Amino acid sequence: MAEDREPPPLPGVPEPQDAEDLFVSAMEDAERSLSPEDISSSSNGPKAEPMLLDHDPDDLFAEATEEVSLDSPERQMILSDGPSPAITPVTINPRADVFDRSPDQDEDDEENRDTFDIQISVSDPEKVGDGMNAYMVYKVTTKTSLSIFIRDEVCVKRRFSDFLGLHSKLASKYIHMGYIVPPAPEKSIVGMTKVKVGKEDLSSVEFVEKRRSALERYLLRTVKQPALLKDPDVLQFLESSEVPSHVSYGDVILSNTYCFILKHARCYYHHLDEVFVCSCIKWFEEKQQQFENLDVQLRKLHASVESLVFHRKELSVNTASFAKSAAMLGNSEDHTALSRALSQLAEVEEKIDQLHQDQACADFYLISELLGDYVRLITAVKGVFDQRMKTWAKCQDAQVMLQRKREAEAKLQHANKPDKLQQAKDEIREWEGKVQQGERDFEQISKNIRREVGRFEKDRVKDFRVVIIKYLESLVHTQQQLIKYWEAFLPEAKAIA
Amino acid sequence: MMVGAFLSHSLHPSYLHLQRSDASSNHEHLSSVLTSLCVSPQQEGLDDGPDFLSEEDRGPRAVNVDLQTDATLQVDISDALSERDKVKFTVHTKSTLPNFKQNEFSVVRQHEEFIWLHDSFVESEEYAGYIIPPAPPRPDFDASREKLQKLGEGEGSMTKEEFTKMKQELEAEYLAIFKKTVAMHEVFLCRVAAHPVLRKDLNFHVFLEYNQDLSVRGKNKKEKLEDFFKNVVKSADGVLVAGVKDVDDFFEHEKTFLLEYHNRVKDSSAKSDRMIRSHKSAADDINRIASTLYTLGTQDSTDLCKFFLKVSELFEKTRKIEARVAADEDLKLADLLKYYLRESQAAKDLLYRRGRALVDYENANKALDKARAKNKDVLQAETTQQVCCQKFEKISESAKQELIDFKTRRVAAFRKNLVELAELELKHAKGNLQLLQSCLGVLKGDT
Repeated sequence: MAEDREPPPLPGVPEPQDAEDLFVSAMEDAERSLSPEDISSSSNGPKAEPMLLDHDPDDLFAEATEEVSLDSPERQMILSDGPSPAITPVTINPRADVFDRSPDQDEDDEENRDTFDIQISVSDPEKVGDGMNAYMVYKVTTKTSLSIFIRDEVCVKRRFSDFLGLHSKLASKYIHMGYIVPPAPEKSIVGMTKVKVGKEDLSSVEFVEKRRSALERYLLRTVKQPALLKDPDVLQFLESSEVPSHVSYGDVILSNTYCFILKHARCYYHHLDEVFVCSCIKWFEEKQQQFENLDVQLRKLHASVESLVFHRKELSVNTASFAKSAAMLGNSEDHTALSRALSQLAEVEEKIDQLHQDQACADFYLISELLGDYVRLITAVKGVFDQRMKTWAKCQDAQVMLQRKREAEAKLQHANKPDKLQQAKDEIREWEGKVQQGERDFEQISKNIRREVGRFEKDRVKDFRVVIIKYLESLVHTQQQLIKYWEAFLPEAKAIA
Repeated sequence: MMVGAFLSHSLHPSYLHLQRSDASSNHEHLSSVLTSLCVSPQQEGLDDGPDFLSEEDRGPRAVNVDLQTDATLQVDISDALSERDKVKFTVHTKSTLPNFKQNEFSVVRQHEEFIWLHDSFVESEEYAGYIIPPAPPRPDFDASREKLQKLGEGEGSMTKEEFTKMKQELEAEYLAIFKKTVAMHEVFLCRVAAHPVLRKDLNFHVFLEYNQDLSVRGKNKKEKLEDFFKNVVKSADGVLVAGVKDVDDFFEHEKTFLLEYHNRVKDSSAKSDRMIRSHKSAADDINRIASTLYTLGTQDSTDLCKFFLKVSELFEKTRKIEARVAADEDLKLADLLKYYLRESQAAKDLLYRRGRALVDYENANKALDKARAKNKDVLQAETTQQVCCQKFEKISESAKQELIDFKTRRVAAFRKNLVELAELELKHAKGNLQLLQSCLGVLKGDT
């Protein structure tokens, strides 16, 4: 089973030489506008190499290296097109890369292990309509060589409720089988209202960008799931040119209520049935506890990171205003050398403020969003565990009913009512069938969950590793820039006579 | 909440030695390591406090320290005691001047006594022509105290490690504020001691030598109200006086310059404070992140546990560096600007006094002319005019020198602090970079 396998030891990974170049060139290319063609190739997918499981972690890093180098010129075009936000996290938007690698193949999957090659990007947010009926439409581009897709490259337009609709369909189909369905991005009434009303200010621009990024991550996570990728709803979503009938919010509420009920389903633990091995249950208990703990800590971490993002942004703003003030002071200073030095100081601080801002964006887009996604994912995982309980409960109920039917039949036997007897026998058969089905369901869901959790944990390890390393690299870059700026300033300060 | 209560154990920031000489107390003593770090009085005046918050600053200073001529009078604050609401400074004097009974002696003074001394300079006609060194600001531990209190209240809601960490943070902060206030009081005294005229002041000598309480009480409400009105009158007058165009180009230029400069320094000072505060908040966030990562690391069942622990360790260290960056910026930039805010105000005050004297002189001239015309009280008018003239010329002469000295001091101080700021920023950035790179190396090489 997936969770028993230890990842193989990782041979030394070459340092991505281009990490520095990435940032330098991205900063220099900030103003470049690119053709729509480039937009869709926002992230390079994995190459068509045979995905041997043992080299998976290795490939991950190899891909990351290549992605880093190849992406640098194109990285920011997602943002610079369309309603370009005034301040875009231009230099650092590596989110797409995190997912652009082959997922683990399903170990239990008997099918041919095809090379998994699919890239999805969400871009070009456009406002359609006016006033309160307005909505944002996003372009979803899929590039793939998989055979289940009709074409190699497809572009469709989708709005936010379409994504929600897709999620609710997938949830209703797969959660009860134990598959972890990635949760859709959250709705935000305030954010959307601002956009609808037409406020072109910074916060609504950032909101659109945040949402676009979240939608992209959502799709990438969804297709990483082999089962979900093959789902006709997903395929239709990605390929069909008509806007699929989007699920009304009523349905969404319904499925949420469903989840709510699940959480409160009673679970029976009858250890009488030998079908359900006790060790299995222990595994599930442990895992549930682990996920609880993880949930708590991730939420805490998320809150701290959000606070950090806020303070860094504040720092950036305050540094900028100090820079201006220092420049004014330099102007009024009548000693020329000092005046010049103060102006230089102002310039340095201005550059530093930009640096802080970029760092804040990195904080946000790398870490904060990842944590938010995982908090929601863990809720989905917990939902799946609850499903298992519900299935168990159903199974137990079926057992109880069967027992009752058997008792009823026995009574009828004694009472000697042949017509009712037949009916009773039919009912017994029916319930025996139900019990068997229930047992099969439970077995299946347990198996699915174990596999899913294994996959989830593996992905989690990969995700966090990659993101944290990327984040540290961004910090390295910030410090290197700081050194550059202050080294340039120092002789100026010394030159004050 | 008594500040001292939290400081009952020894602290060990690397740049400070702490001694508890009084077992029963909630007191805090700064040892005499201060003397070795203290800047001796310089000819140009002391516009930079002893920078003992930066450990590297013990070497020879960038600005020339001329000890020869100042062997006659050296003043420093050798010790300080923080007690509840008050801070008690031990003022230590070394002097070869004949006025003093001994060559070396110490007294204990409180903040109010410093203010008394400063005010006595300001109110004295003798010193109208000099820039009076600005009074040190009142020791203000309120913010720190509040934070400590909040921490105490919130003790239940955080883990033990977090609590200890935050407590240490706050204690370090309190200590930093404490050292700053000591430095500012010391700078004031050193400036007075360095000034060729002020150092001879009798009140100053009394301040230094009289080892009993000066019985200077803080101003009561009535006096504070009087002060307030005086200030209002003064500023109104100041505007009138400033409006009078000066014949002398030098002073006219200085007037315009100082006015603008003062306002801009005020602005810069406020903005730099805000900037540094944000920096500190960000460092605090990193602290929390490090703790949570640590917990995650201990809990995690996958390979990530080592990862998290390593990153948590890294963030702990980088946070310390970030906090030092903020502290150094505070010291070299914010404090510099604050000091020059006060000094430029003192210079403005000097110009005001001169302007006042000029107006008086011109009025006396007019009165003399009138008296001559009417041929009444001519002698009296003449005497008044003479007095005013002398006063004005005396002030002008010394003011000119003072303002030139002010500029020299200012340039020197800015140069020194900016250089040191840049050097410290570089040092910290390099340290940070090294930590990050080595951690990255480990993480990438690791499975």
